[in-house]
Amino acid sequence: MKEITYLEAIREALDEEMARDPSVFILGEDVGVYGGAFRVTEGFYEKYGEWRVLDTPLSESGFTGAAIGAALVGMRPVAEMQFADFISCAFDQLVNVAAKNHYRWGAATPIVVRAPYGGNIHGGAFHSQCIEGFFFNVPGLKIVAPATAYDAKGLLKSAIRDNDPVIYCEHKYLYRRIKDQIPEEDYIVPIGKARIAIEGSDVSIITYGAMVHTATEAAKVLKGSGVSCEIIDLRTILPLDKKSIMNSVKKTNKVVILHEQTKTGGVGAEVSALISENCFDYLDGPIIRIAAPDTPVPYSAQMEEVFIPQPKEVINAVEKLMRY
Amino acid sequence: MDIKREDLLQLYYYLKLTRRFEDRISSLYHQGKILGGAWTSNGTEAVSVGYGYALERNDIAAPYFRDMGVFLIRGITAKRIMAQYFGKKTGVTGGKEGNVHIGDINFGVIGFPSHLADNYPVGTGAALAFKMRGEKRVAVACTGDGGTSRGDFHEAMNFAAVRKLPIVFICNNNQYAYSTPLRLQMTIKNVAERALAYDMPSKTVDGNNVVEIYKAAKEAYEVARNGGGPTFIECKTMRMHGHSEHDSAKYVPRELLEEWKKKDPILNMEKYLLENTIARKEDMEGIELRVKKEIEEAEAFAEESPYPEPDDGLKGLYATPIEEV
Repeated sequence: MKEITYLEAIREALDEEMARDPSVFILGEDVGVYGGAFRVTEGFYEKYGEWRVLDTPLSESGFTGAAIGAALVGMRPVAEMQFADFISCAFDQLVNVAAKNHYRWGAATPIVVRAPYGGNIHGGAFHSQCIEGFFFNVPGLKIVAPATAYDAKGLLKSAIRDNDPVIYCEHKYLYRRIKDQIPEEDYIVPIGKARIAIEGSDVSIITYGAMVHTATEAAKVLKGSGVSCEIIDLRTILPLDKKSIMNSVKKTNKVVILHEQTKTGGVGAEVSALISENCFDYLDGPIIRIAAPDTPVPYSAQMEEVFIPQPKEVINAVEKLMRY
Repeated sequence: MDIKREDLLQLYYYLKLTRRFEDRISSLYHQGKILGGAWTSNGTEAVSVGYGYALERNDIAAPYFRDMGVFLIRGITAKRIMAQYFGKKTGVTGGKEGNVHIGDINFGVIGFPSHLADNYPVGTGAALAFKMRGEKRVAVACTGDGGTSRGDFHEAMNFAAVRKLPIVFICNNNQYAYSTPLRLQMTIKNVAERALAYDMPSKTVDGNNVVEIYKAAKEAYEVARNGGGPTFIECKTMRMHGHSEHDSAKYVPRELLEEWKKKDPILNMEKYLLENTIARKEDMEGIELRVKKEIEEAEAFAEESPYPEPDDGLKGLYATPIEEV
């Protein structure tokens, strides 16, 4: 075992997959000579050369389309959005081309789009967004969002080996803040499987990404007052691991859904509907959603703190549910 | 560049097949036998036939929707395409897609998305893969005049030029994007001028002359194949039908159509074959009969083919399915 950060886990996954499979390559803005805006691909240009760590013009739609075309003829491209926010420029290629290729005409499109997302870094409206919701309603895509370094590495490896387009949401706030013990040897984390981050019996907190850590903080406080929280880390957003969600709800009978994405039409709305449809008889109280307010991400630290869900909100929600 | 007699005859055959096949599609559409819409390349067939026929077996085409010639030349049969129009299980996409939304990677044809010029970046990516792997293959991508206004057109042209990728970009300049004439689409006289901004070699050719298009494409493919980078080819032609078969195209001046009618690509080719004593009238009649038979067989095949099971529409979303428990 060794200890590495969330960012190092992403870097290791890329490095190991590129070394293992010559069809894997990286493309995007400033990923080569510069090593990426967040330094994820530092040293890759020297190691793999300019054609496998390809600096592209500033054109997200262009290089995403190119990734798709390369994938259709046998490559496994990993496209980097410098910030997830810029993925909107590639929306058409992802939604109309990548997501529909296999369904429409049977062609596999094994691309990974890395999307450094999320707030709490004072990035303002264009460098902080959660983008998973934009693509959540698009059949044919897969979306993953690791919360730990272990999962960051294992899920990225799975995404690269997967034959479908995968949007890999890597939370910027976690890059250098989270460390994990991970095995020395090769491992993967399967797409489509949630994990129980903390096992508990009184209430289920269903979440993903950086909010897993917010939930964990809240759970620690609640444990002190005798409340046992179960934290479900979804890991894969699309398709949802319905079974893991429902199993937890059937056990605890109380649900808090927590995400950093804005509330309306978000992933939490779908999880909530899923529980209502399938576990209504098991519920002892209302499903509570905690999410960002329906505004762009504000810049000022005071305002951003209101925007990003905080442990206190989770504690309040759980305490409210415990009265049922 | 000398073109062999058999190739000239094949070019003529594919022009005829494309024209007659799409004529039949149009009739069937008006008879209500084809669901949805029907788009043809009437008047512009020389474009897809010319650039499609100039490809090598291992090359890749990223076509658009007036590229029936490319589909047929690559080996996607008239039978499978007709069945596609009928929404049958035996169609190219098994009923998942209709009409010209055709793709089959086994034949080197990338599926056509309706969002025009989307296939410019996608074709560019295939060319990128060829270059990375050191393969002597080329990609070709096509769009119409309207599609050259979209960002994807420019992003692909720029990227391909910067990296000197083995791709040829074709523009079927048929004067109208649906009802919008060129003068409202761009200020330049030739679409090929767009390539100047990317320092990309370009050519404007007679889009109704299949031999000229074939030669231009062949030359550009060889440049690309040998590391010389991309070329842009504008084929100036005229869409003789509406945008799709429901559209009577009243917005197109009749005189313009009359003028272009005289320059019909099939008449052009017949004249060329006769004047150069490459083919006699009887040879051409023979080809006409062969085409007629092929289309009749395609239609019979499509008629007789089964429809997909309704539940087939629920399958095939992912290449690597996730177990639903």
